[in-house]
Amino acid sequence: MAQTLQKTPLHDRHVALGARMVPFAGWEMPVQYEGVIPEHRAVRTDAGVFDVSHMGEIEVEGPRAHELLQSLLSNDLDKIAPGKAQYTLLTNERGGIIDDLIAYRLGDCHYLLIVNASNRDADFRWLKDHEIRGSDVRDVSDEHALLAVQGPRAIERLGLDPAKAFTFAEETIDGVEVMVNRTGYTGEEGCELLCMAEDAVRLWDAVLARGVVPCGLGARDTLRLEACYPLHGNDIGPDTDPISAGLGWTCALDKEFTGVELLRRVKSEGPARRLVAFVMEEKAIPRHGMAIEGGGDVTSGSHSPMLDIGIGMGYVPAAQAAPDTELTIDVRGKPRKARVVKKPIYKREG
Amino acid sequence: MAAAETYPDDLRYHEEHDWARVDGDEAILGITWFAADALGELVHFEPPAEGATVTKDASYGEVESVKAVSDVIAPLSGEVVAVNAKVVDAPETVNEDPYGEGWLIRIRLSNPSEVDSLLGVEAYKQVLAEQ
Repeated sequence: MAQTLQKTPLHDRHVALGARMVPFAGWEMPVQYEGVIPEHRAVRTDAGVFDVSHMGEIEVEGPRAHELLQSLLSNDLDKIAPGKAQYTLLTNERGGIIDDLIAYRLGDCHYLLIVNASNRDADFRWLKDHEIRGSDVRDVSDEHALLAVQGPRAIERLGLDPAKAFTFAEETIDGVEVMVNRTGYTGEEGCELLCMAEDAVRLWDAVLARGVVPCGLGARDTLRLEACYPLHGNDIGPDTDPISAGLGWTCALDKEFTGVELLRRVKSEGPARRLVAFVMEEKAIPRHGMAIEGGGDVTSGSHSPMLDIGIGMGYVPAAQAAPDTELTIDVRGKPRKARVVKKPIYKREG
Repeated sequence: MAAAETYPDDLRYHEEHDWARVDGDEAILGITWFAADALGELVHFEPPAEGATVTKDASYGEVESVKAVSDVIAPLSGEVVAVNAKVVDAPETVNEDPYGEGWLIRIRLSNPSEVDSLLGVEAYKQVLAEQ
């Protein structure tokens, strides 16, 4: 079955840089340029830029926009004023996670949601199905491009002033108007730059000219795994609940939203399984889908470029979830020892 | 640094992107530049045990990059007499020097006549051209 892959406005730039392009969530995306490991290190030590224009942007506006989102999203939007952003979950009736996303409060009655590429359509349909009079939901993804600029020198290289995490502002970078979001998916300082699709090439060229290293989705995955950020579709999904996934902090259980009764019950009874982070004690690389002895399974696994060992996340029975618990992972038929660690797996000193 | 693309003409090749350097009744085995480049920087080599038997056309170990796992196919049959400990410790050696320091195992051939079925360098380049 031939399926036409979508291309971001920066597709030709990636190809010209020699990127290895792969299909991802219906898009043709760069998985690496120079190599996953040097790109990963660039973000940990200096600054890297990722084209994440495949991600979705959904606007919700109107006098009842706030009320609509309060009833559909897990976190409490009353906690953020215009100019602030919040990590939150779109949940289903079973308390499962339709998507994890960041809500940007543009105004009292105006929100921008930046969502995973693979869930853009499902999110939009869900929001549309629940739309109420006085709330307008629009998918504005195709109008925009999104660049994540991440690393300890990212803000300095872009010529921006420091700002608090989960804030945003309109700025101009080398003549391009951008929304600068102090958010990211790497565990480093940095920002995500939202611009109009037609300005994407100018912005990308300007960011590279400032000495920021182009990075692919390969490094994005190893960076987020070291930081223990869950990946929707791997670590969390419609059949997993946020309490078991360690995302209870994103759930305002004192307000009403879809699936909250179930989440209150999981919280009070305690989850049967928990999503833990682990590092390998032996030379081996855990991978998605491998069994963990005692009834667990690996949901994300890779090699940590910073620690130079295998690392991962997975669900284990609650009794095995405490830090320092020894786990045994079935690596293609060979039992390999791992140890539960506190999240994040890697954090830069200072 | 990854090596530049080369295929030495003194090696014999297997179409699964493995090479053999035959020396009397022994052979040193490894993976080609093409295989190493396709995987990206190697971060793990799961070797066979010394003394184990490897069989032509069957997997004798695994190499892994950050993103992928690949079986390593034996171009020839025999008994493992040595495993390259340098590659076990520093798998990226394979990317840096796939035909030298980045060799994987040395075997004692159980059926030396299998060598005749392997590809010469020109035939292997033809396999690559058809990829």
